[in-house]
Amino acid sequence: MNGEAPNTADWQDALYDLLRQNGVTQFAYVPDAGHARLIDRSLADNGAHSVPLTTEEEGVALLAGADLGGARAVLLMQSSGVGNCVNLLSLMKGGRFPLLTIVSMRGDFGEGNPWQYPMGQAVEPVLAAMGVICLRIERPEEVLPTAGAALTMAFQSGQAVAVLLTQKLLGAKKF
Amino acid sequence: MSDVLQAGRSRAYPLPRREVAKALLAGRGEALVVAGLGATNWDISAVGDRADNFPLWGAMGGAAMLGLGLALAQPGRRVLVLTGDGDLLMGLGSLATIATQRPDNLALVAIDNESYAETGMQATATAGVVDLPGIARAAGFATVDSAVDEAGLARVLPLVHGGAGPVFIAIKVRLESLPLVMPPKDGAYLKDRFRLALLGPGAVAA
Repeated sequence: MNGEAPNTADWQDALYDLLRQNGVTQFAYVPDAGHARLIDRSLADNGAHSVPLTTEEEGVALLAGADLGGARAVLLMQSSGVGNCVNLLSLMKGGRFPLLTIVSMRGDFGEGNPWQYPMGQAVEPVLAAMGVICLRIERPEEVLPTAGAALTMAFQSGQAVAVLLTQKLLGAKKF
Repeated sequence: MSDVLQAGRSRAYPLPRREVAKALLAGRGEALVVAGLGATNWDISAVGDRADNFPLWGAMGGAAMLGLGLALAQPGRRVLVLTGDGDLLMGLGSLATIATQRPDNLALVAIDNESYAETGMQATATAGVVDLPGIARAAGFATVDSAVDEAGLARVLPLVHGGAGPVFIAIKVRLESLPLVMPPKDGAYLKDRFRLALLGPGAVAA
């Protein structure tokens, strides 16, 4: 396995366009390879704020502030960053703030780095414990419909939603 | 006994925090105000609870970043974040994140009593060598200043309200026990009333 799924850039471009068409103007992230294209697009987009974070929990607070101001934001992070967010998710639940996060998974299907498994395998139970709905994506054709559903759930229904880009979709890393 | 933290030295500081909050908010104009959990929440509520305040009851470490999201969403409005030294110390990285974005409408005000006052007055790192404005200046904030007395407070007030952002102002305040003045606790209510005040009647229907 060489680890990279084909045509990743195609769905990433379509995903970026979908987020922008749905009014997302703040892109907050701690980088991961699975988000590289979205990050590059946000940096090149004069209509969007591209916000590199020092730790993922900053992004949770940013999303709440964006909503207070009438803007839509998304948090892009790797599965390891989910653990950094946990207490700040109280803010989203207590305030019934919309939360949209796109999580690129490590420590699942075919992972070659054992250090990634503890947090990777804890992502869904931890998010569930904090009231975040998880939507897993395993195939490229699921990306846009799932992201569209998540946008509706977050911004029409005020839910906290995590879209999980699994390693079946992204390809596993050997290290 | 540790000599790295000068616990309790702030009991002798001249500026009372409630007077500082009153002075800061007197000139707020159209500014949107966020307060960090604990004492700064009680401070802004003592001045007067209102819909365009967002007082946090938790989310420690998050007040500054919440202010950034709001400032980016509302570039035409001044956003003031009043928060404590403990909250800022928990999220020091957010100073780098904010400085990188260069929001010209965001002002962070550290109400620094050098203590975790809600949990028993334990000293924070600002009771030692840690210099919050120095950190903000090195991170790249456009305007940085600090105040320890009335003259300093008078100097920084115009910077809070009109200095080129992002602004970081640290105000050393007296460590004291004060009556708690609490705003409503329900986060969804606080959010909805804020959005209604800022965005109008459509803001709650999502």
